[in-house]
Amino acid sequence: MYIIVVGGGKVGYHLTRALLAEEHEVLIIERNKSRVDFICGELGSICLLGDGCETTTLAEAGTARADMLIAVTGDDEDNLVACQVAKHKFKVPRTIARSNDPKNEMLFALMGIDVTVSSTDVIMEHIQQEVPTHMLTRLCSFRDRGFELVEIKITEDSKSIGRKVGDVLLPSGSQLLLFIRQDQKPYMASPDITIEAADQIIALTPIDAEEQLKAALKGD
Amino acid sequence: MKVIIMGCGRTGAQLASMLDADGHQVTILDIDDYGFRRLPADFSGTAIVGDGTDNESLKKAGIQEADAFIALTQGDNRNIMAAQMARHIYKVPKVLLRVYDPLRRELYNDLGLSAFSPTIIFSQLLRDNLLDRGL
Repeated sequence: MYIIVVGGGKVGYHLTRALLAEEHEVLIIERNKSRVDFICGELGSICLLGDGCETTTLAEAGTARADMLIAVTGDDEDNLVACQVAKHKFKVPRTIARSNDPKNEMLFALMGIDVTVSSTDVIMEHIQQEVPTHMLTRLCSFRDRGFELVEIKITEDSKSIGRKVGDVLLPSGSQLLLFIRQDQKPYMASPDITIEAADQIIALTPIDAEEQLKAALKGD
Repeated sequence: MKVIIMGCGRTGAQLASMLDADGHQVTILDIDDYGFRRLPADFSGTAIVGDGTDNESLKKAGIQEADAFIALTQGDNRNIMAAQMARHIYKVPKVLLRVYDPLRRELYNDLGLSAFSPTIIFSQLLRDNLLDRGL
């Protein structure tokens, strides 16, 4: 695949390394000359000096034949415009934008950006996951299909402890998939498993039923 | 008319004072209060420190009841993003914006925004004056 990355900061640089390792053809567009020199020194001549929101720069980058454009600068407005120019001027089939302010996700979706990754949300979720009392962690969202994979930690005060999976009333569309218990191999959830404290459960749930699922397992 | 102007630079301040003098209800937003000193002493509108690409600031400026939104910051992309928020999220009936880059202006006009490029307008004006055309 030919992939254009707009923004050669830390995210753009490490993303490009990973994409190159997967043998994609990658080009970074970066505005800062010293950053361009650094990237070309590390990764070879794959970094173009210029403004990734400008039609002329994108034309020079061969955007018309790109399969994907990923905009990961630190400025939401620049990421939005880079993706829109790629989509409308160059008919790039897939555009991915980083949004730093989680509130911009809705606008980006409305404006036809295929995927928006909110860096603030991602960092927050990873940190929350490490807080012992935090019950539910989003692992992966299938936004276009309206559901997500989550991990639920059964805390000491959960009223579902001692109950069988089949007896817990889950919200419609939610499903417990996998149980991970200390010192045991993970196993598939089945109705006759009894829930224990400190269980980690991988579940599938409609995005809007997250709170209900939490309530069902916490029992209040 | 209830008008929100984003960016209190020379153009923003000039337009705000003109609309204010015409009796319109003007709210002007800027991320820095420095620009507000460009407003005339008798300006009767509201000046708010806030970011026009931020939902909370827009709501504080009254975007939900605004008849018009005009984006006039120095950044093309900031204007484009704010204008799209005003148009697509808050459904403001009339949205205008400044886009210096002629190519980006053309794209966003095609996408339904009323974008104006000072680069094009001023160049045309200079050419016409130079060649005594249409004067």
